[in-house]
This record gives sequence, structure tokens and C-alpha cells, in this order.
Amino acid sequence: MAERYVMALDQGTTSTRCILFDRNGRLVSVTQREHKQHFPRPGWVEHDAMEIWRNLERIAPESIAQAGATPDQVAALGIANQRETTVLWDRHTGRPIGRAIVWQDTRTDTLVDELSRAPLAETIHERCGIPLATYFSAPRIRWLLDHTPGLRERAERGDVLFGTMESWLIWNLTGGPAGGSHVTDVTNASRTLLMDLTTLDWDQGLLDFFGVPRAMLPEIWPSTAVYGAATHVLPGVRIAAALGDQQAALFGQTCFAPGEAKCTYGTGSFLLLNTGTAPVRSTHGLLTTVGYKIDNEPAVYALEGSIAITGALVQWFRDGLGIIGSAPEIETLARTVDDNGGCYIVPAFSGLFAPHWRSEARGIIVGLTSYITKGHLARAVLEATGWQTREVVDAMNADSGLALKALKVDGGMTADNLLMQFIADVLNVPVVRPMAAETVSLGAAYAAGLAVGYWPDLEGLRRNWHRAGQWQPAMDPVHRANEYDNWRRAVERTFDWIRPSRQHSPEGTGA
Amino acid sequence: MQSIERAAAILRLLARGSGRLGVGEIAGSLGLARGTAHGILRTLQRVGFVEQDAATGKYQLGAALLHLGTSYLDVNELRSRAINWADALAARSGEAVRIGTPLDGQVLVVHHVFRPDDTLQTLDVGTLMPLHATALGKVLLAYDAGAVAELIPFSRRTITSPRALARALAEVRETGWAAEVEEFTVGEAGLAAPIRGYGGLVVGAMGVSGAVERLCDAQGRPRSQLMTYVRDAARAVSRDLGASRW
Repeated sequence: MAERYVMALDQGTTSTRCILFDRNGRLVSVTQREHKQHFPRPGWVEHDAMEIWRNLERIAPESIAQAGATPDQVAALGIANQRETTVLWDRHTGRPIGRAIVWQDTRTDTLVDELSRAPLAETIHERCGIPLATYFSAPRIRWLLDHTPGLRERAERGDVLFGTMESWLIWNLTGGPAGGSHVTDVTNASRTLLMDLTTLDWDQGLLDFFGVPRAMLPEIWPSTAVYGAATHVLPGVRIAAALGDQQAALFGQTCFAPGEAKCTYGTGSFLLLNTGTAPVRSTHGLLTTVGYKIDNEPAVYALEGSIAITGALVQWFRDGLGIIGSAPEIETLARTVDDNGGCYIVPAFSGLFAPHWRSEARGIIVGLTSYITKGHLARAVLEATGWQTREVVDAMNADSGLALKALKVDGGMTADNLLMQFIADVLNVPVVRPMAAETVSLGAAYAAGLAVGYWPDLEGLRRNWHRAGQWQPAMDPVHRANEYDNWRRAVERTFDWIRPSRQHSPEGTGA
Repeated sequence: MQSIERAAAILRLLARGSGRLGVGEIAGSLGLARGTAHGILRTLQRVGFVEQDAATGKYQLGAALLHLGTSYLDVNELRSRAINWADALAARSGEAVRIGTPLDGQVLVVHHVFRPDDTLQTLDVGTLMPLHATALGKVLLAYDAGAVAELIPFSRRTITSPRALARALAEVRETGWAAEVEEFTVGEAGLAAPIRGYGGLVVGAMGVSGAVERLCDAQGRPRSQLMTYVRDAARAVSRDLGASRW
């Protein structure tokens, strides 16, 4: 019998990747396409959902061809996606309503500010596990309904659908306008501000609060379940899992037991700690979120420290400033100097996420002197990722009452040795990279493979995990303390930059 | 060969004057069909010798031309592009994986993946190894006519005669892989294959190393299955880097 594989689709912030894995969780083929980032105004970030769908149409068959396989050798498809990015589309034509509003977009800041003054606002964090912030989907849906003439009526009639990227892709894969399934999974739904974290269903009170018609919402499914067979692109292939990308990475790192944590370094960075079947409420600026839900089993929850800008700062250094030609060159440039020269960059491009949650903060470079070269700036770029991790780990330790003993890492930035060493240095714990750096894809594949019986159980998946690299802390404690102090003073200087009352955006008036 | 002459003419044309020309202007100047000029420009663009301005669509000389003398692939870029395949190779072979590039007559380890048995191991990225006594080094020597190694003995089996080394390197070029059995450390062996970039240029070597009884058969020859894994992984990286034939 021919070898069978599981396919993972990782619909990320900058690209869409398609990876085939074999039974040992080993990578067989990889295809990838980047999509365009649209920045129409300061603080606005958009994607073309149609471009992303076309990319998928192209790379999925390519990955099968690259492996020398045929679609019937694909046992199941698992999807991991950029979370909170909001797509609205017409059910009848399949055309998106404008561009998708990306998770980094802060156009809803005035709206969020207004909503937060309503009496019900205080109960939101308790119901959803996440605070009312521009980061999540519901304010974006509301913004689109408010700013597109006639849209609310169409949404109420069910002619316009909402989804995060996994919903958009599954709907298209299962037929689109010709009867596509309009579904989401619990992990993605837990990022909307519309789902009750304990019932795992849409909450009418929250729908009313945000003014979102129920008719436009997808049905909430477990993360691991057979959603149906694809009719387009991969006809007959079973779609068997969907998870937000960070939850997929938690799954791919096999953090199945309470107390196990991972941090994924991509465009942003996200530290998730498995807290078991009961949601743990944070008092230190972390999010409570669904980690995963396997079929009919109880949901597993996680505490999350979200950092908006880490790899995106390197991309800005490359694309915005043109100082480097490719992202990995940041390490080469940073190694031309021995330290940051007293320079710090706080990348509050979309405000600051965990543990600060300051949407009015904006980025700064401090400590500039004539001494500073582009090498020092490159150091400061990498160090920003290290210190932001430290802040989140401190919050995690405080919330859980336990001290992190080692950090499991993954994601594209783990190829940067200087950065990994710096993270070990500032956390003062070993940093461990698993043999599969593509844990987001691996997690989606694992979840899908479990659903169709390609893999029997979680324990079997755990045995596939191996250490590929480890960095030991080696920083002088006094130096660490001084640098952390400098970083914190730099962070304070980003606060209170944007003043809502002075917003000049014509749409800034809200409803 | 005609296309090389035409490519050279395009580069000379772009090096002249203001340096930004549209495909029509280039075709007109050289008396080429527009499609021919476009095809050559696309290839030159892929190897980095010309760049196209996103806004105007005009072509100019590429940054890669300025760095022809220095290494054209950043080592951190190489690691980043190879990391997935290096992981897959370690998982398949069950051995530690290293990627090396030449540096001052030695092999610079630019990437290291632990042997997947979860024992205590230490990352040795940044360390240097001898060219003539390691499989990685032999690959780098075999495909770089200018490289010279100082033939220091590390064990009884280290190659120390220039003639023996020349024979070994010719064999590497013929087979497309290199082996080292107890030539650097007693009890250890290594296998490696070249990583190629555009046009087949060797930009590094990728290989496994470990206990000689695991890497070699009873006759002391490298296990062919392992060799296949190493070559497949190096080819996958080469493909990602744009080497079309390998």
C-alpha cells in the first residue's frame, strides 16, 4: 500500500504554507506563498482574502506533487490560521466584503474606547477570558457593519458571513457559494469576544453588546473532528482539524499536560501554558483561552502571553528601513557589534499586548547617540524580542505561582542563534528547540491525524518529540538586572502616545 | 552560448549611463526581440545580477554583482533556509546533523541539530573543524578549486598526503558525497553532501556524524541508506536555494 500522509495548512500573517507529514511527524514536502500586506493608513493592516484563497489553491496541489504523491494518499487535512483576523464575505457570490482586517490592526481603538465605558463592559473579561481590546475580532465586525452601507441588513438576513481565516478557507474548500460549510473551531471562536469560555457557545449578551447578528456567525466545532470532505482543490480529502496557529503550536509541541508551555516566535510571539480542563483567570495581564478540544472530550484551556511585534520588527527593519536584505541577515548585522551600545527599541507598533495591554502606546527607539550604528540597532531589534518574552514569563510565573524551568520554543526566529542565546540569558533558564521547528503545521497535522485515526493517541505523538537544540543561560546577573531596568524604562516611555480625542481619522467617530 | 553573450551585453548596457532601463529600451538597444530580452532579464534577476524597480518596472544592476568576490549567501540565511531539512535529516537518520561553510581554511559550523535521543548534547554552532579530516570539509574542498587545507594528522587514519587527498576529492566529485571514518576522532564517522545554490554553485555542506558502528557496516563502509538520507536532504535545501538540477 502506498504511504499515506497528513497535510497541514498554516495560513499565517505573512504567508500560507502547506506541509505534508509522515507517520513519524517528519516533514515530507513544503510549499509556501507570501501574500501582500496592505497598510492603507497608520495603524491599519489588511489582507486580501481572495489572494490567500488563490495561494492555497496553488500550494496545496504543489505540496502533493513535490512529495511524489496523489491526493488519495492524503489521510486528512488540518488547518492552523492567523487568529482574530476578520473576513466578511457574501454567501451568494463568495466575494469578500473589502479586505480582511488583520489582528495587528488598531482602527477600532476609538470604538473600543467607547464600548469600554458601557456598563456591561466589565463583565466581558469574566465571560470570554480576554479583555475588550482592538486585538480581537468582535470590534472589527462591528466596525465593518458600521462603515459599510447596507451591510448590517445583509448580515441580519444571513447573506453576509463572518469568519476568521479557517472559516473562510473551509467554506471555500467545501464548495463556497454552492453549499460550503460555515464553521469555526473553539480555539478561534475563543478569540472573538463573542464566545462564553465555559459553555463554548456564542453568548447572546455579548452579541447584543457588540451589535453582531447571530445569522452571520459560523457554527462552533471542536478543534479535532471530521468537518467534512473537501470538494475543491483537494476533492475527497477530509478536513479533520482547525486550530488557531498558537494553539496548534501548543499541540505540535505536545504540551498535553497542565504546566507544559511553549513560545512560538513568528510575526508576533505567543507563550501558551496548558492549564488543564479548567480556565485559569489571570491577574497579571495574560489571556485565558481555549488550548484545544478533541471531539467530545472536555476542552483544555491555556494561559497566553501575546506579544504583538517580534519578527515583524525584523521585517520592518528589512522592508520599512531597507537596512538588511533578508530577515536572517539581522543576526549577521547584530554580530558586527558586541552589545546594544545603550540603544533600545520598543516595537509598540500596534500598542503593547501582554502584559501591558496599552493600545495607546506607540513604538520608540531610545538611547540614540552618535555612537549608535546599524549593528547596534540590529542588536536592539533582537533584544526587544528577548525582553518582551521576559515580561510575559514574569507574568506567567506570578499567575501560576510556579517558576518556569525551561522554555520550549519554535517558529522561524528559532533559526537565529544570537536571539535564542539572548532569550536564555534574560530568562535565566535553558531554551529548548524541538526537532520540528514547524510546530504550528505539525500541531494542525497531529490534530487532524488524531481525528481520522492516522495516529492513535496523544502518547504516541509525544514520543515523536525530540530536542534539536538547547541554549544555556550565561549572562552576568548584575548585567541582566541593569539591562532589564533599562528596558522597562524604555517601555514606560511608549505609554500615552495616542490620544483618542485628537484622532483625525474621518471614520474615527464610531457608531 | 549566444544567451551568455546577450546577458553580458545587457549587464554592460545597464552599467552605462543612468542605469535604469525598461525591457523595451534594452531590447531596442541590443536589437533583440522583446521576449528574448525579457527572458534573459528574468534569469539575471533570479541570480541577483539585475533588480527590477517595483514602481516603474525598470531594470538596474543588482546588489549581488557588487558582492561577487565575497560569499554571496549569508550563513544565517543558509541556516534559516536549511533548518527544516536539517531537522528532518536528524529525525530520519537518528544522528546529529551539521551544516558547514568554508572559513579561513577550516569548516565553520553554521548549524547543528542534536542527535534525536534526548541525551545531553551541546550546540557547537560557530566552532571550526579541519577541512581535510571531516566529511563536511571534504565536500567543501572538492567543489572549491581555490581552497587549501593544512594536512595536520588527527588520528592514524587522517589523510596527510596531498596525492591521497586529491584522489579522495576526485571521488567526492564523482559520487556527490563524502565520508570520513575515524579520520578526525577515533570511534566517530561522518557523511556529507553538497548544498548548491543558483547554477549549481556549492554554498555549503550538510552531513551527519556519530559512532562509527552506527554509520558504517561491518566492512567499515558508510551505510547506503544513511547516504541516501544525507543526499536527499542536501538536495532539498539546494532546491529551495534555487539550484534547479540537483
